[in-house]
Amino acid sequence: MDPVFLSRLQFAAATMFHFLFVPLTLGLSIIIAYMETRYARTGDKLYLQMTKFWGKIFLINFAVGVVTGITLEFQFGTNWSRYSEFVGDVFGSLLAIEASLAFFLESTFIGIWIFGWKKLSAKAHAAVMWMVAIAGNFSAIWILTANGFMQHPVGYTIRNGRAEMTNFFELLFNKFSILQILHVLPAACILAAFFVMGISAWHLLRKQHIEFFQRSFRIALVFGLAASILTGLTGDLHGTHVAEVQPAKLAAMEAHWETQANAPLILFAIPDEKAGKNIVEFGAIPGLLSFLGYHDFSATVRGINDFPEDERPPVLIPFVSFRVMVGLGTLFIFLTLYGWFRRNKLMESPLYLKIMLFSIPLPYIAIELGWVLAEVGRQPWIVYGLMKTSDAASPVAGYQVLISLVAFIAIYGLLGAVAFYLMAKHAIKGPAVEKP
Amino acid sequence: MILETIWFFIWGLLWAIFFMTDGFDFGVGTLYPFLGKSEDDKRAMINSIGPFWDGNEVWLITAGGVTFAAFPKVYAVMFSTLYAPLMLILFALILRGVAFEFRGQIDSPGWKRIWDLCIFIGSFMPAFLFGVVFANIFRGIPFDGQGVYHGNLLMLLNPYGVLGGLLFLLLFLLHGANWLGMKTDGDLNIRVAAVADKIWIALVPTAVLFLIATWFATDLYANYLANPVFFLIILCSVLSIFVVKFYLVKKDYFSAWCASATTIVTCTFFGIAGLFPRMFPSIIDPQYTLTAFNSSSSPLTLKIMLGVVVVFIPIVIAYQMWTYRLFQGKLTEEEMEY
Repeated sequence: MDPVFLSRLQFAAATMFHFLFVPLTLGLSIIIAYMETRYARTGDKLYLQMTKFWGKIFLINFAVGVVTGITLEFQFGTNWSRYSEFVGDVFGSLLAIEASLAFFLESTFIGIWIFGWKKLSAKAHAAVMWMVAIAGNFSAIWILTANGFMQHPVGYTIRNGRAEMTNFFELLFNKFSILQILHVLPAACILAAFFVMGISAWHLLRKQHIEFFQRSFRIALVFGLAASILTGLTGDLHGTHVAEVQPAKLAAMEAHWETQANAPLILFAIPDEKAGKNIVEFGAIPGLLSFLGYHDFSATVRGINDFPEDERPPVLIPFVSFRVMVGLGTLFIFLTLYGWFRRNKLMESPLYLKIMLFSIPLPYIAIELGWVLAEVGRQPWIVYGLMKTSDAASPVAGYQVLISLVAFIAIYGLLGAVAFYLMAKHAIKGPAVEKP
Repeated sequence: MILETIWFFIWGLLWAIFFMTDGFDFGVGTLYPFLGKSEDDKRAMINSIGPFWDGNEVWLITAGGVTFAAFPKVYAVMFSTLYAPLMLILFALILRGVAFEFRGQIDSPGWKRIWDLCIFIGSFMPAFLFGVVFANIFRGIPFDGQGVYHGNLLMLLNPYGVLGGLLFLLLFLLHGANWLGMKTDGDLNIRVAAVADKIWIALVPTAVLFLIATWFATDLYANYLANPVFFLIILCSVLSIFVVKFYLVKKDYFSAWCASATTIVTCTFFGIAGLFPRMFPSIIDPQYTLTAFNSSSSPLTLKIMLGVVVVFIPIVIAYQMWTYRLFQGKLTEEEMEY
């Protein structure tokens, strides 16, 4: 039993599971804070009902997000101690700052929000929700900054056999991290928007609580449209930067094997990693890969075969993830744009509502695949160009990791099932009817 | 030297605050199945810690994060050698965290019983295991120069380790009982008072035994003999246990809670002062021992992080204290719903 492989599986399972809940927390907290602000401003009881209804679903999701987040902070030490020792000087600081600046704020204020309905004025209570929303997103910013260092290390030097920080601001304003933040946070908003729109569509299709869910739908729609467009734009910027600093990842996600100028973009291919070529490929658009990577049709794009054999990432997973992510992202722009034109005729658009209902899982798939692309595409490095994943694991016995991995899958699987069941139950039940 | 020393004590302080804050909700969660006779009792116990437990738990994340940032080598070796107990603590905390949220979602006795069990296990296990782990750190952990652990989970359950676990458990139980005394009334409050007395009677001999056993099982007292002023910490700790009793008799639970908070903080510092400058001693060979001086981050990182901690930790304490004020006093009728 290879502890490195098992630790990778465990980290992937724990992170991907955590990331099933985090995006909804990030996006929905903002939507709810907006609804509650409307209530505090206008006194319109419908907004209060909306806050409570979406808030209840939010809290179930939030609970799972928080408890699975604790695991991640500890996994670097338990399973990746060589890595932790090597980069702790730089990477550890970002995690510590995340805890003391953001996580504290989020966890303390969510308690106030849950129990403080009667203790605080409507305005103060809405402000508390804003604190939760801001703190949650702030927390994500720190985590993405930490991940940015793994993707594109800056602001450090190798001294005393480890990476030591030399410039905190360089680390903070790492271009890679900033682009990741600008891409991931709006993507989380898309997920939350589709979640709200999908559930609203379910009730609208049944012609119940019409005013309530039309209003919810429209709020989410505006939010989702803006987020979809922003995610697309920053995705392009992010891609160009990846081409610049992680050429191997670019080659892998495009299944681009041989270095060439005027490189084509291949729409579909079946890559063969052993042979170093694509078995089948079609839909090659000449020069487009050069253009997307470097905004120049004649630019030379390095191919995978040009990298040393032990520095090549897997190709199939990044290639497929990238295509599905971009395809879905484009779909989100179309769906929200179309919704924008139908926003006042939702009840007369049952087909659109049905599509939106069944679209709830799509942003989940897109955002998870985005992470898979970022992380698998970085392999075999744990810190790009600096440390290999195979050198990073803890010297712990394989059987220990196997036991914890099995326990993670069992407990997380159960929690996930219960959480989604409870969320669906509340979503279907609909808002509480005002007591007389 | 000075920077590392400051960081060593910040490290100790963060653990102390974590035990002081999350300690009482661990205590409440452990008492929960024994004192919660009716659904109303249970609701009251959960809601008494409802607004706080999540914020309290972040002190653990911060203690861990600061270990990572300021002493990366300690973080790496400590967390990987203590793999098994840490995983158990994590699973316990996960189940406990979701239990608070999930329990009330479905109105069925069977459903509630599952999450009641999770609240109990999720509170009891970390309370006991943190004690076991810290007692073993005082004693020394069997790891070599490569940070490889030569032992297993059961080896941590040596007599001194188990005694440490019991001590932590009783401290947290007393702390939790004081909290419940402060927050509840009626029949439940009477039962809380009775149980607090019993816990106190069990705690006193355990604490004395632990102080004696520490002399034989560890060399923590070396620092004390070199700096006799450190004995004041032990004095404060012992005194505060008796102050708890004094206020329990007077039924002034707020003061009793403050006293048990003092006991927990001084108990933590009893260990921290004895360890200095060691953070993670090796029992195999002292030359492998990780200290504040051979495991710290670079001076730049330590300085930046010191700035962060000095500015933001007081802010955190300020808004957490505001939360405690906002929800102070006995639970009212309207705080009973959820």
